[in-house]
Amino acid sequence: MARLKPIAADKQQNPFPRNWGLSAMWVVVAIYLVYSVDAMGLNLDRFLSGLGHADKLLGRMFPPDFSRWELLLDGLIESLEIAVISSVVGIFFSLFIGLFAARNFMPNWISSPVRAFIALCRSFHPVIIAILFVKSVGFGALAGILTLIVATIGFIAKLFAEAIEEISFKQVEAIQATGASFVSVILFSVMPQVFSRFIGFATYQFDSNLRNSTMVGIVGAGGLGGTLFSAFQRFDYDFVAAILITIIALILFWEFLSTVVRRIF
Amino acid sequence: MQHIDHHWQRFTLSQKLARYSVYLCFTLALVFSVRTVEVIPEFFYDAPEQMMDMFSRMWPIDLEFYPTTVHGAMIETLNIATLGTLVTLIFSIPLALMNASNIVASPWVHWIARFFLVSSRSVNSLVWALLFVAIFGPGVLAGVLAIAFRSVGFVGKLLAEALEEINMGSVEALRATGAPWGAVMLKGYLPQVLPSFLSIVLFRWDINVRESAVLGLVGAGGIGVVLSDSMNLFQWEQVATSLLAIFAVVIMAEILVVNIRKRLI
Repeated sequence: MARLKPIAADKQQNPFPRNWGLSAMWVVVAIYLVYSVDAMGLNLDRFLSGLGHADKLLGRMFPPDFSRWELLLDGLIESLEIAVISSVVGIFFSLFIGLFAARNFMPNWISSPVRAFIALCRSFHPVIIAILFVKSVGFGALAGILTLIVATIGFIAKLFAEAIEEISFKQVEAIQATGASFVSVILFSVMPQVFSRFIGFATYQFDSNLRNSTMVGIVGAGGLGGTLFSAFQRFDYDFVAAILITIIALILFWEFLSTVVRRIF
Repeated sequence: MQHIDHHWQRFTLSQKLARYSVYLCFTLALVFSVRTVEVIPEFFYDAPEQMMDMFSRMWPIDLEFYPTTVHGAMIETLNIATLGTLVTLIFSIPLALMNASNIVASPWVHWIARFFLVSSRSVNSLVWALLFVAIFGPGVLAGVLAIAFRSVGFVGKLLAEALEEINMGSVEALRATGAPWGAVMLKGYLPQVLPSFLSIVLFRWDINVRESAVLGLVGAGGIGVVLSDSMNLFQWEQVATSLLAIFAVVIMAEILVVNIRKRLI
């Protein structure tokens, strides 16, 4: 029987070799930290004195003040309305825009400009779009709705186009073989394949619109954000705490609802 | 031949009822929203004209404004995004370890970690920025912390999911040798999650570049301060310069991230 020969120590392979790429990355991160802290003038004194303020701020935030619940409810309802309308209108437009952006259905000269448009919708933060809409259509819910429609198109149309590009063409060919029109092909062969994913995108986007609708008010586009911002400016920190708790509760409630909806579909 | 008297239905009766009740609730919410939302129709009809007016004021773009003000602010914005992404790792890695069921088995720890992750995601980055501006005063520090606290939920959740998906074979092998906890972490878990970890961090960095561009609107430093200053002065040519700079940086960040991620995975 052959005996196992001990391997010479210098020929033994280290089972855990050093990952030089990773080490280099840590060095780069360390250098960057030193550089950025220096470049932005961050220092410890300011941080520590801020912690004292944090203590005071938290002291003033608790207990949360729900006594002006009517104001809170008004803002909340307006936020919900903005979220619902913008999701519906935005998703409706995204259906068509997504279809036009799908490269397996449309020729290149249609899909490329549509894709560029979607990328443009996505590249600006909703707040910047909200500012532009507030300047052009005035303060109020309309600016918020238009903003979130743009945000919805940027997200849903892109994902929807990708979902359409991934479908199986067997069903499409089967429906086409019956001599169906283009609309029937879309309705009976494309839609059934992408519908469940589409519900997933739609609930996700509604979630995101709900979060954003509580924020666009900060720049004057209606909803709970406006109430929040004015409470901040008047230093009513206990009311701020109440609004924040309401927002978190609303989002947790929607997360619960959306799992129920997803289980149904 | 036996006659099959069975009509095939895709969904059972209760499934149908559930679906229809979702549709019904949804339609009711939409009708209620459209009927009660406060939109002034004149503003809506006027919108295209007002928008054309705004865009005509933006032209010609004030390019001389770029080297004097926009460039410095843009660098600051990038620094806020990068430093915020690095600071978020301090909080999100422990929370991800606490949330991953194959590292910590206690459900209590999971719930605690999940609570922090969800609250981080529910509060918008602008609201975090408002809070930190109230604590640390206006400036870059508030922006960095706002970005960091907002990202904790995202990075923590995705990293926990990546940790749960790893192959436990090498971890068990290491444990069998009697390796201490730290060694199991570094040599068992880390090599497997490293690619997804890096791609999560890069993805979040890309989002943070967009978000840090607007934090200045509430006084948390970066290009947003320049943007809101020139908007308050109605210097639309300068606004256009800032918007163009944001657009260019966002697109470049996205291209960079997409290319690095392609190489990682």
